[in-house]
This record gives sequence, C-alpha cells and structure tokens, in this order.
Amino acid sequence: MRYEIRLTVGYDYGAPSEHARTLVRLLPSDVPGKQTVPSRLLTIEPKPQERHDTRDFFGNVMTVLVFHEPIDKIEVSLKATVERLQPAASLDFSPDLQTLEQEVLANRNLTAIAPAHYTGISPRVPADPAITAFAKSHASTGLSTMSIVKAIGKALHEEMRFDPEATEVSTPPAEAFSQRHGVCQDFSHIMISGLRSLGIPAGYVSGFLRTLPPKGQPRLEGADAMHAWVCAWCGIETGWIEYDPTNACFAGSDHIVVAYGRDYSDVAPVKGVLRSSGDQSSFHAVDVRPL
Amino acid sequence: MTTPAKETLSATNPLLRDYALQSGVADELLDPNGVMRPVWGPFIKQLSQLSQPEITACFARGDQYLRDAGVFFRQYSTDPHQERDWPLSHIPVILHEREWAEICEGLTQRAELLERVVADLYGDATLVRDGHLPAELVAQNPEWHRPLVGLTPASGHHLHFLAFEIGRSPDGSWLVLGDRTQAPSGAGFALENRMATVRVFPEPFPQSRVQRLAGFFRAFRDAMDDLPSTEGGRTAILTPGPGNDTYFEHTYIARYLGLTLLEGADLLVQDGTVQMRTVSGPKPVSVLWRRLDASYADPLELDETSHLGTPGLVDAVRHSNVNLVNSLGSGILETRALMAFLPQIADVVLGEHLKIPNLATWWCGQAAERDHVKANAEELFVGEAFSRALPFDIGRTDGPRHDPALQTPEALSTWIDTGAGQLVGQEAVTLSTTPVWDGDRLVPRPMSIRVFAARTAEGWVFLPGGYARIGRSGDATALSMQQGGSVADVWVMRDSAVRQETLFDAKNFRRQGPSVLPSRAADNLFWLGRYIERAEGVIRLLRGYHLRLAEAGYDQDPRLVQIAEQLRLLSLDPDEAVITALNPPLSAARVSAGKVRDRFSIDGWAALADLTNSLKDLTPDLARGDDTARALGILLRKITGFKGLVHENMHRTSGWRFLTLGRAIERADGAAGVLMAFAGDDAGPGFPDVALEYADSVITHQRRYRIDPTNETVTDLLALDASNPRAILFQVTAMRRIAEDLPNARISGRVSPVLRALLPLEAQLSVASPSEMNARRLERVRIRLSEVSDRLTTNYLI
Repeated sequence: MRYEIRLTVGYDYGAPSEHARTLVRLLPSDVPGKQTVPSRLLTIEPKPQERHDTRDFFGNVMTVLVFHEPIDKIEVSLKATVERLQPAASLDFSPDLQTLEQEVLANRNLTAIAPAHYTGISPRVPADPAITAFAKSHASTGLSTMSIVKAIGKALHEEMRFDPEATEVSTPPAEAFSQRHGVCQDFSHIMISGLRSLGIPAGYVSGFLRTLPPKGQPRLEGADAMHAWVCAWCGIETGWIEYDPTNACFAGSDHIVVAYGRDYSDVAPVKGVLRSSGDQSSFHAVDVRPL
Repeated sequence: MTTPAKETLSATNPLLRDYALQSGVADELLDPNGVMRPVWGPFIKQLSQLSQPEITACFARGDQYLRDAGVFFRQYSTDPHQERDWPLSHIPVILHEREWAEICEGLTQRAELLERVVADLYGDATLVRDGHLPAELVAQNPEWHRPLVGLTPASGHHLHFLAFEIGRSPDGSWLVLGDRTQAPSGAGFALENRMATVRVFPEPFPQSRVQRLAGFFRAFRDAMDDLPSTEGGRTAILTPGPGNDTYFEHTYIARYLGLTLLEGADLLVQDGTVQMRTVSGPKPVSVLWRRLDASYADPLELDETSHLGTPGLVDAVRHSNVNLVNSLGSGILETRALMAFLPQIADVVLGEHLKIPNLATWWCGQAAERDHVKANAEELFVGEAFSRALPFDIGRTDGPRHDPALQTPEALSTWIDTGAGQLVGQEAVTLSTTPVWDGDRLVPRPMSIRVFAARTAEGWVFLPGGYARIGRSGDATALSMQQGGSVADVWVMRDSAVRQETLFDAKNFRRQGPSVLPSRAADNLFWLGRYIERAEGVIRLLRGYHLRLAEAGYDQDPRLVQIAEQLRLLSLDPDEAVITALNPPLSAARVSAGKVRDRFSIDGWAALADLTNSLKDLTPDLARGDDTARALGILLRKITGFKGLVHENMHRTSGWRFLTLGRAIERADGAAGVLMAFAGDDAGPGFPDVALEYADSVITHQRRYRIDPTNETVTDLLALDASNPRAILFQVTAMRRIAEDLPNARISGRVSPVLRALLPLEAQLSVASPSEMNARRLERVRIRLSEVSDRLTTNYLI
C-alpha cells in the first residue's frame, strides 16, 4: 500500500527566542521488510541558519535546526510518499518467559536492535507496581512471549479509555494508568512498562496511521495526529514484533514507521530548547492518504 | 599488639603514648613490627621538639590561612548555602617516593586500561561481543550515553584528567577503591591543604624534601592548551554553578590556572562550534575542563530535564570541534559493578594483570556471583550496581543493613535474587591508619588517598601528593568525610632536597589570550554594583531619618515626614528594623558576587562577607534615633570599605567597567530622586540640608558656596557639577567614558545604543542651569538612566 503523508506542526512562542536549537525526528526512512520511502521532504518556516540531517543511535533520521536570529514561531511541514509492505502473518515460535530471560542474558550485542536497551527503566518509563501487577495478571505460566504481548495489549485496550483531552505529553504512565485513560503515547508507555516488568524487552515506535479507513472498516483511533505503538522482543527466533495497544492489533499495513526508541524521549518529533520566557502553544495536523 | 619496639617508641616520645597498631590493620607511621617507618622520622622528631602551646599555635596558623583564603566545605544535601570550616587534619600523611613511584606505575597501567575500555564501549563494543562485559551492564547504565556512541574525541582520547581513590590493605599492599573519571574533584583542595600545611609546619620541618605540587598543574594546563584547537579557541572550566558542593574548588582552580570559569548558559553552539557568550560577542572555546556531569551537559540530546547544560554540545562533539576533559560519557567507568570485570579485562586487553588490584567485587546479574554474595552477605557491602559512589559510602544510608525487613538470611537472599543485575557485592574494606592529632597526642585513624593523574604529551603524570580523607573514629572500616571526617595533605618525601617550583615558571611562561568577559559574569558584576550602591543609598536615607529624629525628638518634623515618604517610594518603612530594610539589597549583592567568585580577590570577598555579617549581628531592637544612626554609620563605613577595596584592587578590565556602570547608574538615580524630594519648588526649610547630607557633600557645599544651602546651590552641586563624584553629571560622564571603551562602542563611525542614550544626557546636563532642573526634568533624567540600563543589558549582558 502506498501513502501520501502530509503533516504540519507549529509552535508559537509568547516572546522571541534567541538562538533556538531544535531537533526534528519526522522523516520516515526505509525499514527492511516493512516500508520503503520513495520521496520525502521537510520544510521549515522561518528558514533556519543551520540545518543538517544525522542518524541517531537508534538509526532514526534526526534533523538539527539552528536559528541565529530570534524567532517567535516555528512551523515544520513534512510531505512524504511511503510504500508500506503487507507484513507476512507469522506463526508463534516465541519462547516462554523463563527461556526468554536466558536469551536476553545471552545476548552480546549493543547495536540499536539489541534487547539489552529495552529492559529495565528508561527516562519516561519508570517502574510502577500497579502496572507490574496488571501485567503479571495477564502472563499465565507457560504462555508464549508473543501471546503475552498480545494479551496485555488487548487488556489495556479494553480497560483504558482513549481520551485526547485527559493527558499531556508529560503525563507519567502511572498516572494515566491509574485513571485508565489517555492517548496512544500513554497506552504505549503503560504497555512498555508492563512488558519490561515481565522481562520482555519493549520499545516505543512513533509514526502515522492511515486517516480514513478502507470502506466498511472502522476508523482507527489516533489517526488525527502522529501515532505511537509498541515493539517487543520475543526471543532469538521471532525477534521484534510491533503491537498497537490503542487499537488492539499488530501494526500492519496502516502503520507507517517514523522512529524507534526506548520511549517517547528518544523519538520526540520536535524537541527544542528556547531562551525565552514566553508561553508557548502548538498546533498539529496530519493527513495520511492512500494513493 | 605490644612489641618491645613500640614500648621504646612511646617511652621516648610522649606524643605517641597512645599510638598502637590495631590487629589486622596496616598503619602508615608504624611498620608491621610496630617500628616507626624511617620516612616519618624527621617529621616526628621536629614535632616532638615543640611544646603543646607551640603546636597549638602552628595549627592555628594553618586554620587562619584557610579562613583568610575563604576555603570552606559545603555540606551536601542540606542547606546549599551552609558553609562550614575546612576540616583540615593538620598532620600530613607521609610516603616515601619509592613507594609513590610504584603507586604511579600501577595507576598509569590502570589509566591506560580505562582509556581502552571507554573507547571500546563507545566504539565497537568488542568487550561485550566477546563476553568480557555483560551487555546489560552497559545498556542499562545511566552513564552510557547513546548519542555519544560512535563518536571519537577530537584529541583521540577520552580521558585527560583522572583521580583514583586508593587505600592500603591489611597486608600493606595498595588497593584501588574507586576510579573518578567523570569530573574528578579534589585537586584544588589538595593544593589548599598544602598551602595550609606549609604554614603549619615551616622549616625546620623537612619541607625541602617534600615534592612540590605546582609542576603537575602547569603540565596539565599546557596539555590542555596543546589539544587540537580552532583558531583562537580558549580553554575554560565548565561548572554546574554555585549550587554545586565543589563550586569553591572550581573558582579556586580557575583563578590558580588563569582559566575562564563558565556555566552551561555561558555557551552556545553555532555552526558546530562551541562559543562563549561574552560582552564582545561570541568567542570560540576549544577545550572544556568539565566539572559538570555529562547527563546535564546538553538538554537536547542528554537529560532533557537539565537546566545546567548547553543545547547542542553533543552536536559540537559530533563535529569534532571541541575537546571535553574528560569526554562526555566517560563517567561510565565509575560504575561500581565495572570493578568486577576490570581485572579480567586487563588480562585480555593489556595482556597483563593489574599491578594494583581493585576492591573485590561481585555483580549479582551473574548466577554464580549472585550465589557468592548471598552466601557472604554478612561480610560484604551490598548496594546498587550502577552507583558511582565510593565503596565506603556504599550501604551507608541505603542497602540491606539499614532495612529492618532484610535482617533474616531468607529475606536477604530473596532481595538479592530480585535485585539481581541492579546489585553488587563488594569486599568490606579495611583501611590503614595514619596519625591524627587528638588534643595532646597522636592517635591512629583510617585513611584513603585520592591520587590525581593528567595526560600529557609525555604520558600520564601524577600530582606528587594528594588529598587524604581521614575517618572520624578509629574504626578502620568506616570512613566518610561528609559524616564528619577530615582531610589531610599527603607528602611524598625524597631522600634529598627538592627544587622549588611554582606554577609560574619564568622560563616556560605562556601568555594567555586577551581576557574576555562572559556576559553572565558581566551581568552579575553590573548588578552587584547596583545593589551595593542601592544599599548605600538606603543606609544614607535611614541615617538621615534617625539623625533628624534624634535632633527633633518627634517624628512629625516635616523633614522626617519627607524622608519617610522617600523611603516609602523605595518600599521601605522608617519604623521597621534596619536589618529588614537592608537585607534585600545586601543579600542580592552577595548572591551576585557569589556567582562571580572567581573574579574576586580574597579580601574583596571577605569585606563583603563582613558587611553582611555585621548586618546580621545588629540587635533587632535598636533604639530609634541616635543608636540606630550610629549603627548605620558603622555599616556605611563598611560598605565604603568594600567599594574602596574593589575600586583600588580590581583590574580595569571589562569586569570593572560593568561593576562601575552599575554603581554609576544607581548613584545618579539616587541623587535625582533625593533632589526631587528635597530640592524641589515645594521644599520646606532644612530640606536642602537633608539632600546634602545624603550625598555626603556638606563640607564641599560650605567651601564652594559660602551660604546656607538653597534649592539652587544644592541642585547645582548634586546634579550639574562635573567634578563632584556625587553629582548626576559626574556619573553620566564617567559612564560615557566607560561606554566608549566597551566592545563595539563605535562601528563604522556609528555609536553604540548605550552611547546614543548617554551622549545627549551628558550634553543636556552640561548646559543646564540649576533653576531648569525641576522635578519634571529630573524625572526625565531617571527615565534616561533606566534606558541606559536596558540597553546595556540587551547589548552586552545576555
């Protein structure tokens, strides 16, 4: 399936910011077996004095922008064509949790896809006893890792209410979970926290969802904005799988990947540091259209 | 243990009557047979020849030096402004240079090993791939910073300045207790300890045989200057700021080495290079001696919650445009759990055993090691695997020993199983003891030594001496300076005399680049000037009030009413205590000064501290009138003393200019305010005298006009007199002259915005007559002055 993606994010600062520096992680790139990107273009308004692309540790494209002149707003627009490949249905060869633990420990790899990065805690995903208890209640002994991932994702979807007004980008997972509401970012952080508490390496995927569903299918939640879901490592044989807890499904041909990381802090689409005391406001618009 | 030798020792030397070996503990003064080590002989002999009062006087000299030098110790995690006296244990730790050379040889090997390990962890990670280091220990490590992976330092090296905490085992051999690789502190304190100890024990103590410290710092500074640099790039120290517990040391080292002291906000990254914000615009920085932990160094790519860092610093490293001493990310080498693997890694990487072993360590992420820790949990210190605290801090406040729920073997075992890779067990360290003065004799106390190393073109060089931490009690297993221990100088002794050297060797003199003033420092100096002058204005008004009160005897006197009105304009109440009125400007002055402490002379700092302390010492219930006026007079003399000290001693560089501009603006503004209140058309009888007194110009007026003060004569003297330092015009002219010397004062003939505000003001005042200077005109002058302040800020101070 081929998509045209258009996105605009903008920030209005209350007062001019001197020497603003911004990191943008919005450019999708090729993911072997998942997607190819025939064309992509990032436009910045006003024009920064410095701009260069680099790859971060996780292999995501990171665009560095520096403004030497004071700015009071910034607008970032993406236009891209992405070919999303239909993932092959996979059989479940994943081990149980005891075997998985051994496989994680035996891993002697430190590249971005090494499971070692995705266990324990990360900046936006601290341990939470309530989430741990929830995860444990869905991990009966003997179940395969993959079925546990699916069970926890499904259970979260059933218990949590999707509510774009309820949380903010900085809401901790524990708080969103205790209120049982939030957006894709909250669903994903809670699921990551739960999986890691069981010893399943889990990370964060940011990307896009097709805006309008194919005829006869319901519209997916989170299609109005950038989306997020979860990747989980299910042993040496299976490797990484991607699950969308907001929609209770494996990431499929409607999910377009932009960036991978341990949590939101690794993939934040626009990260900036201002020397300004003003308040800021933002807007955000996405359209993902099949071609 | 009692030996014949010991008996002889104490018999001949009453100072050592209570000094004895403890069973299973090595001692610095006594060899295992209880015989004094020969290297201590000359020192102990000299000490024994002094009487008790003489010894007390010696110690007092050292303490006096430290107080005068402003050396203090900040108790961490309590009140950040709580400073306590530097806890110097006056008796040095003495080692022979032969033994010292062996220590240095061992630590050189360790420095080399650490460099190879950190290069691998940020490079190909072969240590993990080959199974010498578990992936988890790196990937879960908060000091392994992913944005730095794959980047090679511009100089080719991660490590340039190291410290090692070492202690002596019961068998007499040395042991590494901890590696300090992130931002080692203590070298400045080692220097201060030496300065003080030299005063405590002058010749005929064996000073000439003690190795000097200055050469090490010179070598290190030269090595930093020799790192690859962009054109004109400077070397600076990057500090977290005054909130840090070792900030004093940062200011001290900056002054000693002549380096600029910068905070993260002083820097900006532009075109991939690091620039310092200065009053002359951005200036390149090539080397940052980092005293700031890496996590805080760049809020964009490292810890996003940091307020201390510089956005883009990692990007500058990525462009190989700056040298960080040490590299961002090198803090991972301090991880406690790493010690479990370094001995084996040394065998693999260097092909040799560690010459000085480190503390035996077991990481609980491995099954066999975990079982060992469980079986020996009683004898070991068990604590966080990823902690970077030194071993004797382990389990001090945390850990199983302090948790009532973990007092049974079963509970402990389950806790260790659950913690697994998060936990580490370390051998409980028994340190050697060294002599410490206890009232009237020497007693043994446990100690460890911090050894400093610097990378130079000739390899690693070591500070010949160091910084010893001394335990509070005789218990050789417990040691923590922050729990009330002390510190001591370390003497490395030669058999023959040592050549004198200081930091400033005339032959190898290197000229420093022209000094530039960071904008933040300029801003603090500017406001220091304003606050001090403001405080003086408040003192003068208050004193005027209380003098009149004493004279008139009742507070309905029109002059009193008018002064009270004037004080209320400054949000002050003449009836409130002096301390309430003066605390705001003086506290603000002290805060501003504290942020530029590296630019202050010791005397200047002491004078300011004296001023704020005398304010605190004032009795709150001082009687109104005469008593209060007298107390204010004392404060006035102290504030003038501080200003005089600054004025006399400060270099006429940019820093002095901004301080003076701040003072001038405030003084001119104060004069305008007082003239409006006391020399206006509606001024009552005696009002002009109040203005004269405020401006300390009574005598001048008498001599100059030979009549009683009138509105016109007072306005003439306090507004329009070009040679009266209390007059507005005088101060405006002074400001204009300074503004001419500021950077970018004129660009292609066009004057700077600051001069554009000052020049017309100066011209108007020069031609004005006293009768024209009515309240409206004076108000306009004040608006102009605040414009000057704003323009200074926008053009130089941010």
